[in-house]
Amino acid sequence: MSNAPALSLRRRMVGLAGSGTVTTLTLLLFALWVAFAITIGDRFFSVNTLQSMAFQMPELGILSLAMMLALLSGGLNLSIIATANLSGLTIAFLLTHYIPGSQGLAWVGIQVLAIAAGFAVAALVGLLNGFVIAYLGVSPILATLGTMTLCKGIAIGLSRGNVISGFPEPIVFIGNGTVFGVPFALIVLVFCALPVALMLNATPFGAKVYMIGSNEKATRYSGVDTRAVLLKLYVFSSLLAGVAAVVMLARFNSANAAYGESYLLVTILAAVLGGIDPFGGFGKVGGLLLALIILQVISSAFNLLNLSQFLTLAIWGGILIAVAAVPHFAGKAPR
Amino acid sequence: MPESRIASFGRFRRSHEFWLLMVILGLCASLGFANAQFLTVQNLFDLLTSYAFVGVLALGLLVVLIAGGIDISFTATASVAQYVTLSLANAYGANWISVFAIAIGIGGALGGLNAIFIQKLRIPSIIVSVATLNIFYGLLIFFTGGKYIYSLPDWFATGIFWFEFEWGKDSSYGINLQILALALAFLVTWLLLNRTNIGRQIYAMGGNADAAQRLGFHIFGLNILVYCYMGVMAGIASLIQAQLAQSVAPTVLVGKELDVVAAVVLGGASLMGGVGTVLGTFLGLTLLAVLQNGIILLGVSSYWSPFFVGLVILISVSATAWSQRERRTRSARR
Repeated sequence: MSNAPALSLRRRMVGLAGSGTVTTLTLLLFALWVAFAITIGDRFFSVNTLQSMAFQMPELGILSLAMMLALLSGGLNLSIIATANLSGLTIAFLLTHYIPGSQGLAWVGIQVLAIAAGFAVAALVGLLNGFVIAYLGVSPILATLGTMTLCKGIAIGLSRGNVISGFPEPIVFIGNGTVFGVPFALIVLVFCALPVALMLNATPFGAKVYMIGSNEKATRYSGVDTRAVLLKLYVFSSLLAGVAAVVMLARFNSANAAYGESYLLVTILAAVLGGIDPFGGFGKVGGLLLALIILQVISSAFNLLNLSQFLTLAIWGGILIAVAAVPHFAGKAPR
Repeated sequence: MPESRIASFGRFRRSHEFWLLMVILGLCASLGFANAQFLTVQNLFDLLTSYAFVGVLALGLLVVLIAGGIDISFTATASVAQYVTLSLANAYGANWISVFAIAIGIGGALGGLNAIFIQKLRIPSIIVSVATLNIFYGLLIFFTGGKYIYSLPDWFATGIFWFEFEWGKDSSYGINLQILALALAFLVTWLLLNRTNIGRQIYAMGGNADAAQRLGFHIFGLNILVYCYMGVMAGIASLIQAQLAQSVAPTVLVGKELDVVAAVVLGGASLMGGVGTVLGTFLGLTLLAVLQNGIILLGVSSYWSPFFVGLVILISVSATAWSQRERRTRSARR
């Protein structure tokens, strides 16, 4: 290991997006841009295309961040979509019940309170996950499978499977409005990704999360209260699902117990493509964002080419295997 | 030797399976009291028939988990096998042997593909199977347009009904395709894991892959076998599901992978590998089946059924984890 200063910039760049994968992903992104520039032409770079990409990315992006947090600790959070739908329905219920007829300060207050209530529901689910995983020692996959079913059950039971729709303008704006041409939802994604990146890279808490992901036992024996860290981590993961809930219900102008279920495995796909180790301990927010952009570029380009969205799924899968196989072909020792 | 039998009962009493059995017995007893319909032969046969699909898949997944891997692409594999097999049967004609041969062939091939990606490219199985799930499913819907197949060959739609017998008044029971496949899958998986050398090697590999390799086990071959076995089970499961549904719907199977994972891990199989039993999987499956069935029979609104299922999953896994934790701390103190 040399400490030559020339290396430090490259290292810092690698550090931003996780080892090795950043190079692969950046190259891949350029290759895709070139390929789609040739096949689609100017239309691919039009403001419309860019804007629609920026509108579609945030939901999956925020949910992937939620999944990423759990993955980093060596766990998994299968309950993110169900949590998002449950808190989305909570917000939707409060909005549709108390907004009509209210004005002025009450009108604003109800919207703020509704969103706060949605976050509270998400935090409760996170507490439950964290408690069961950290303090009872249930494996994350089982625990979150249970809370996933539980949350979905509550959501279906209370909503009878119905859709709740029709929200006031400021809420709809979150999902559909733009600020200087930039979709507000994208700004929300950035305001989720930045604090998460800061938390992971610049706080003791983040360091502990990576340590737990690498070796939970060793971390505990070195004096870290791993249970408290995990509890907090699952609450954060859930809160991100709560933010995703707001974006989702705002974009569709409705909420339902079964929205976005196909996103669940896609969030794992995005996270792993972004260089997050599925067994924990490694991965950066930057890598995840690159992966999200790649997935979105493919999806939007296929849309412009009139290719089936199912072909997009297949290509996503192929890309994941190809990127995961790069270290093998590059001759580096497997992890 | 009564002593050893007592000892082995003692071991069983402390096992995960014992707790699961107690939960199931308690649940069955209370459901039997609450609803006379629950403990009937009719209900038993209905349950076996409707849970055969998940059960067959669960046995395939059990073997993969014991080997230290994971596969969640099996629903896509099953969708492909089902669609291709029954399209071929509709176009060229077929019989029971040939449809199962084709479905098993397709399932085995797709499973083998997973194993090759995992072993030859050195990619973790979770990554590979998330990817192949999307690849298999995406391509299937791309090429078929997601169209359902409603007309199945007559003999296939009729199914089988063996060892017909009468029970009570004017109700007859028999072994149908689903129950037969489920029973065979249990038998073969139990034999593979408990009565063959390969089964012991699978446990050993799941427990410690490096050690197994140094002992001279053929790791690549074992992995091919394990993932092909999962694929074969997916092929079989796909046909019994199509027979039960009387149609082929390429979009309905994908998304059910977590039901299967739930059954296997509830049964005590570990995602870390090396741990898991056929009995445990049977009990995990039974718990889910009894629970879902019982909730319906109790007259709970079907809207609330997932809530209770989730609640019981959460309570039972928490209780198991808690009891194991207590035992660990007690033995550590000793």
